[in-house]
Amino acid sequence: MDALLLHRLHFAFTVTFHYLFPQLTMGLALLIVVMKTIAIRHQDERYHQAARFWAKVLAINFLFGVVSGIPMEFQFGTNWSQFARTTGGVIGQPLAMEGVFSFFLESAFLGLFLFGEKRLSPWGHWASALLVFIGSWISGFFIIVTNAWMQHPVAYRVLPNGVYEVTSFWGLLNNPWALLQYAHNMSGSVITAAFVMSSLGAFYVLEKRFADHGRIFLRIGVIAGVIASIAQIFPTGDLSGRYMAKHQPAAVAAMEGLFDSRTGAPIVLIGQPDEVAKRIDNPLAVNDVLSFLIYGTTKAEVTGLDQFPREDWPEPMPLLFYAYHIMAGLGTYFLLVMVVAAFLLWKGKLYQTRSVLWPLLLSFPLPYIANTAGWMTAEIGRQPWVVYGLIRVPEGYSKYVSSGNALFTLMGFMGMYTMLSILFIVLIYRIIDAGPAMAAASEDQHASMTPA
Amino acid sequence: MGFIWFWLVAVMLVAYVVLDGFDIGVGILHLFLARTESDRQITLRSIGPVWDGNEVWLLAGGGTLYFAFPLLYASAFSGFYLALMIVLWLLIGRGAAIELRMKINISVWKAFFDGVFFISSALLAVFYGAALANVIRGVPLNPDGYFFLPLWTDWRVGPYPGILDWYTVIGGVVALVALAEHGALYLALKTTKDLQERSRATARMLWVALFALTVISLPASVIARSDTLDNYRKYPLTFAVPLIVFLSLLGMIHFCRKGEDRKAFGCSCAYLSMMLVGAAVALYPRLLPATTGLQYDITIDRALSGPHTLHVGLIWWTFGILLALIYFVVVYRMFRGKVSLESGGYEH
Ligand code: HDD
Ligand code: HEM
Ligand code: HEM
Repeated sequence: MDALLLHRLHFAFTVTFHYLFPQLTMGLALLIVVMKTIAIRHQDERYHQAARFWAKVLAINFLFGVVSGIPMEFQFGTNWSQFARTTGGVIGQPLAMEGVFSFFLESAFLGLFLFGEKRLSPWGHWASALLVFIGSWISGFFIIVTNAWMQHPVAYRVLPNGVYEVTSFWGLLNNPWALLQYAHNMSGSVITAAFVMSSLGAFYVLEKRFADHGRIFLRIGVIAGVIASIAQIFPTGDLSGRYMAKHQPAAVAAMEGLFDSRTGAPIVLIGQPDEVAKRIDNPLAVNDVLSFLIYGTTKAEVTGLDQFPREDWPEPMPLLFYAYHIMAGLGTYFLLVMVVAAFLLWKGKLYQTRSVLWPLLLSFPLPYIANTAGWMTAEIGRQPWVVYGLIRVPEGYSKYVSSGNALFTLMGFMGMYTMLSILFIVLIYRIIDAGPAMAAASEDQHASMTPA
Repeated sequence: MGFIWFWLVAVMLVAYVVLDGFDIGVGILHLFLARTESDRQITLRSIGPVWDGNEVWLLAGGGTLYFAFPLLYASAFSGFYLALMIVLWLLIGRGAAIELRMKINISVWKAFFDGVFFISSALLAVFYGAALANVIRGVPLNPDGYFFLPLWTDWRVGPYPGILDWYTVIGGVVALVALAEHGALYLALKTTKDLQERSRATARMLWVALFALTVISLPASVIARSDTLDNYRKYPLTFAVPLIVFLSLLGMIHFCRKGEDRKAFGCSCAYLSMMLVGAAVALYPRLLPATTGLQYDITIDRALSGPHTLHVGLIWWTFGILLALIYFVVVYRMFRGKVSLESGGYEH
C-alpha cells in the first residue's frame, strides 16, 4: 500500500475519533454552566441534580477526549515529520499554547468541579464549572487556529533554511479564517450537546422514568439546539462557504460538484459525481442558486473544476462532495426539527407530542455525523495541500516511516479505539440507567450505582 | 535564545518526570503494596486528582519542543516511530485504568484495570528511561536530519543500534527502579498505618538497587558514548550535578529511615531532576547526537525556530506557565494531606 495514503488515513482516523469527544465536552460544558446558573438563581434542586448528572457524563467523555487527544499532539512528528519540520515555528505555537493555556486549566478545574461541590460554596462551584467551560473553549480555539493556518496561511515568512516563521503573533491568532471556522465549529459542538441532551430528555419522558428531569433536559436542549442550528447555517455556514469560494475555489467547485464554470450556477441537492466523465449522475439540481448563495446574484459566474489542473483537484473529490452534502443536509434537518420542537415547547405541548419526541430521541448520532462530515469537508477540501498553496501533501509526510509501519500502528489504534468505544458505551449506559434523580451532592458516587 | 529554550524545554520535561513520575511509581507498586480493596482505593485516590494535570506537562513540553525545535520534534518522533506509538498506547491504557477502575463495582473489572495500570506504568518507566539513554547514546542520523530506528537489533551499541540495546536497557531499568522508589516515597507521604509502613519498607529495599544502578549508569554512559564527560571537564562547576545526585540518594535513605517522608520525597524529586539535568549538561549544545558522525548531530542552532517566534514565545510562555503554577498550587492545596477513605476526596 501507498505510504502517503496510510499516513493520511492514520491521521484522519485518529483525529476523527478524537473529535467525537471534544465536541460533546465543549457543548456540554456550556450547557452545564447554564444549568448551574439556573439552579443557583432559582434555588432549584432539580437543576442541581441535572447539572450533577451531566457532570458525570462529562467526566467520562472528557477522559476519552484526553486519552485520544494525547496521540494527536505527537502525530505531527511521527507521521507528518517533513511538514512538522518546516512549519513547527508557526503551528507549533498555537499547539504549545493550547497545552499551556487550556489543558492545565481544564485538568486543574475539572477535578475541583467534579469533586469539590461539598468543599466549595455554590458560586465557587459554579466558577469551577465556568473555568472548565472556558478551558475547553480556549482549547478549541487554539486547535482551530492551528488548522486555519493550514487552510489559509497568514502572518508568516520563509527563512533562508526553508523553515516557516510567524511574523505577527496577533496576525496568526486573528486569522479571519480561524475566527469564522471557530464560530461555525463551536456552534456545531453546541448542536451535538443540545441533541444529546434533548435525546435523553425525550427518552426519559417517553419511558416515564425520571420524567421531571427529562423535561428539563428537553427544555434546555431544545432552546440551545434551535439557537445553535440557526447560527450553524446563518451566518456561520453561509460565511464559511463564501470565504472558501474566495480562497479555496477548487474546493468549493468540488464540494458543489460543479465541473464547468458557468453563470447562474445550479446547486446540486443530490447526485453522484463521476470524475472521469466530469458530470453528476442522477442530479437533482436547482439552477442559479449557487451563484446566488456565493455572490448574492444569480448572474454571477462560479468557477468550476475545469479551471484547475487535475493535480490541483481535492482528492478524493466524490468523498468531499458527499461530506459537504451530508453536512449541509443534516444542518437543514436540525433546523427543521429544532424549530418545530421549540415551537411546541413554547406552546407547552412538546412533552406530549410523541411524533416530535421520537425524532428527537433518535437524532443524537446525527450531529456527530454532521461534525465529522464538516471536518472531512474542510480537510479534504484542503487537498492536495498540507498548507494551502504552499506545501503539497507528498512533501509533508514522514518518508522514513514505511507503509508497513504506518499500517501496523493504524491497526493498533483501530483495535485500541474499538475497545475504548465499547467501554464508553457501557459506562454511559450505566449513567443513563441510574438516572439523574439519585445524583445527590455525594462525594461517594462509586458506592452504589444501582438504579432507583 | 537557543540556550534559554533548551533549558525551558528541559525544565518542562523535568517537571513532567518529577510529577507524573510518582503517578507512574504508584502504578508500578500498587499491586504489591496495596493488597486490600480499601488500600487499592487509597493508592488510586492519592494520585486521582492530580495525574491528568501532571501529564499535561508532557503535552505542553512536547508542544513547546515542537515550536522551539521543530527539526528535533520531526526527526526524533518519526525516528522512534514504533516506540513512541507504544508509549502513546500505554498512556491511553493508563489513563483509562486510573479513571475507569472505580466506575463499576465488579471485582473482575477492577482486577483487570489494576493489571492494566501496573503493566502500563512499568512499561512507560522502562520506555522513558530507554528514550533518554537513546538520546545520550545518539542515533544514526542521515545528512538530511532524519533517521529510523528499529525497536531492537543485536542489542549492541554501535553506529546502527536499535532502540533497545544493552545500554538503553540499563537506562530503562534505572528509570523503572527510580520511579518505583519515587512512587513508594510518595505513598509513604500520602498514606497512614500499614500501607505507609509497607511503602517505607519497599522504598528502603528499592534504594539499594537504585544506588547500585546509579553507580553503574555513569561508566555505562561513558562506554556508550565516549564524549559524555566533555562538558563536565570543560566546566568543572557542573560536577555539582552528579554530586547532588549522590547527596540526594543518601538523603532519601536517611530520611526514609527516620520516617521523615516529606524530606525523603523531596530528595527523590531532587534526584530525578538532577539525573535529567546531568544528561542535559552532557548533551548541550546538542539535542540529538549522531552515531554516524559529528557533522550530523542535531544541535540547538540547527533545530532552532525563527527569532520572532521565539521572542514572542518567551512572553506567552512565561505568562502561561505562571498561570499553570497557580493552578497547581490551588489543586495541591485542595488535596493536600493524607488520603483516606473517609475524608472523601477524589473518587467516582
Ligand atoms: C453540526 C455540525 C454542522 C452542520 C449542521 C454544518 N456544519 Fe459546516 N462544518 C462543521 C459542522 C457543521 C464543522 C465540523 O464545525 C466544520 C469542519 C471544520 C470547521 O471549522 O467546521 C465545518 C466546515 C464547513 C465548511 C468548510 C470550512 C473550512 O474549510 O474551514 C463549510 C463551507 C461549511 N461548514 C458550510 C456549512 C453550511 C453551508 C452548512 C449548512 C447547512 C453547514 N456547514 C452545516
Ligand atoms: C486542528 C485540527 C486539525 C489539524 C491541525 C489537522 C491536520 C491534518 C493533517 C496534517 C492531515 C494529513 C495531511 C493531509 O492529508 O492533508 C489531516 C488529514 C485529515 N484530517 Fe485533519 N486536522 C485537524 C482536525 C481534524 C478533525 C477534527 C478532523 C475530523 C473530525 C479531521 C479530519 C481529517 C481527515 C478526514 C483527513 C484526511 C484527509 C485526506 O487526506 O483524505 N481533521 N489533518
Ligand atoms: C490535530 C489536532 C488535535 C490535537 C493535537 C489535539 C490534542 C489534544 C490533547 C492532547 C488533549 C488532551 C488534553 C488533556 O490531557 O487534558 C485534547 C483534548 C481536547 N481537545 Fe483535542 N486535539 C486535536 C483536535 C481537536 C479539535 C479539532 C478540537 C475542537 C475544536 C479539540 C478540542 C479538544 C478539547 C475541548 C479537549 C478537552 C476536552 C476533551 O478531552 O473532551 N481537539 N486534545
